[in-house]
Amino acid sequence: MSILTQLFLSFIKVGLFSVGGGYAAIPLIQNQIVDVHGLMTLSEFTDLITIAEMTPGPISINSATFVGTTLGGIGGAILCTLGCIIPSFIICLTLAHFYYKYRNFSGVQTVLSALRPAVVALIGSAGLSILLLGIFGSETAISLSSIRPIETILFVGCLYMLRKYKISAIKIIFGSGIVGTIAYFTMNLLIV
Amino acid sequence: MKEKKHVLWQLFKATFMLSAFTFGGGFVIVSLMKKKFVEELKWLDEDEMLDITAIAQSSPGPIPINASVILGYRMCGIVGSLVAILGTALPPMIIISLISYFYAQFRSNQIIATALMVMRAGVAAVIFDVVINLAKNVVATKRVLYISLMIAAFIAKVIFGIDAMILILACLAVGIADLIITLKRSKTEKKEVLKEGANI
Repeated sequence: MSILTQLFLSFIKVGLFSVGGGYAAIPLIQNQIVDVHGLMTLSEFTDLITIAEMTPGPISINSATFVGTTLGGIGGAILCTLGCIIPSFIICLTLAHFYYKYRNFSGVQTVLSALRPAVVALIGSAGLSILLLGIFGSETAISLSSIRPIETILFVGCLYMLRKYKISAIKIIFGSGIVGTIAYFTMNLLIV
Repeated sequence: MKEKKHVLWQLFKATFMLSAFTFGGGFVIVSLMKKKFVEELKWLDEDEMLDITAIAQSSPGPIPINASVILGYRMCGIVGSLVAILGTALPPMIIISLISYFYAQFRSNQIIATALMVMRAGVAAVIFDVVINLAKNVVATKRVLYISLMIAAFIAKVIFGIDAMILILACLAVGIADLIITLKRSKTEKKEVLKEGANI
């Protein structure tokens, strides 16, 4: 079996068995790429995860593209990403079909209504993790002395602008990156 | 026909932009999708977006791709799904392909590292903004069951670290129990009405 076929099948497995988002996929990708097929060393794989976390987009798509490009050029990247997407596509299309067929039944509505508060809570907890990571630099080591002033001001400022002026999310995220980076570098200049 | 092309183009543009700016996990892109498709474009209602999130979270595969498949299907059927997948998958593919050629420099670049670090504050603000609106609406239902489910799920996730999938399944069970109770109640009410009718 050629390397590309192997990769394609590996990423179909990753797509099929990673339930619950990006971080659930990392051990699966590691298993397929490092342990089973030996296509990458563990340190190359660690680099890959660092890059996947630093760049936008789902971690499994990022890893698929990275592994694919390194081992088989652009064709490899497309093939690995396809492998990763195909299971999602088939399963979600089926679920979407049934959801839209039955969602207006009052019984289905009653059941779904109990699900929605949980989804709100899950989104809220994801927001809290990112906030703690931003303000304290860690989700677990929380103390007054580790508060980062620039991130804290940015968060409050961004939230105020979103609530008051309804600015688009992308402008806020991009803007916070620019303003925060400038703030960090000016602070470094002033201290040195 | 022209209308459909316009929707497909908007769908592609929106998913492409959202995917290009989504740092940090599935729920971030879901918050951005809620802002874009519910608040800005008014294509979906809020409940629908929450349902899509629950389905995307419970299915295998990356959450942003799952949500795109369902969203696209809702707007333009299977073609819509394919367009939304393309929009979501292209930005990471382009960015990673470029970076894979000079990733050593990328990783050690101070400016990029700082920008990525501070951006978290902006991302957190966007999620909080979305969550405030969503939580307000849960409270507005005035059903004690829904409000306590929300609080319980939050505590279970944040303090006890219980898996999202398990929480969704547990709430699904509560929903089914709620449905059975409502059905039973309406049955006995009907019986009572019939009895009263017979007495008169």
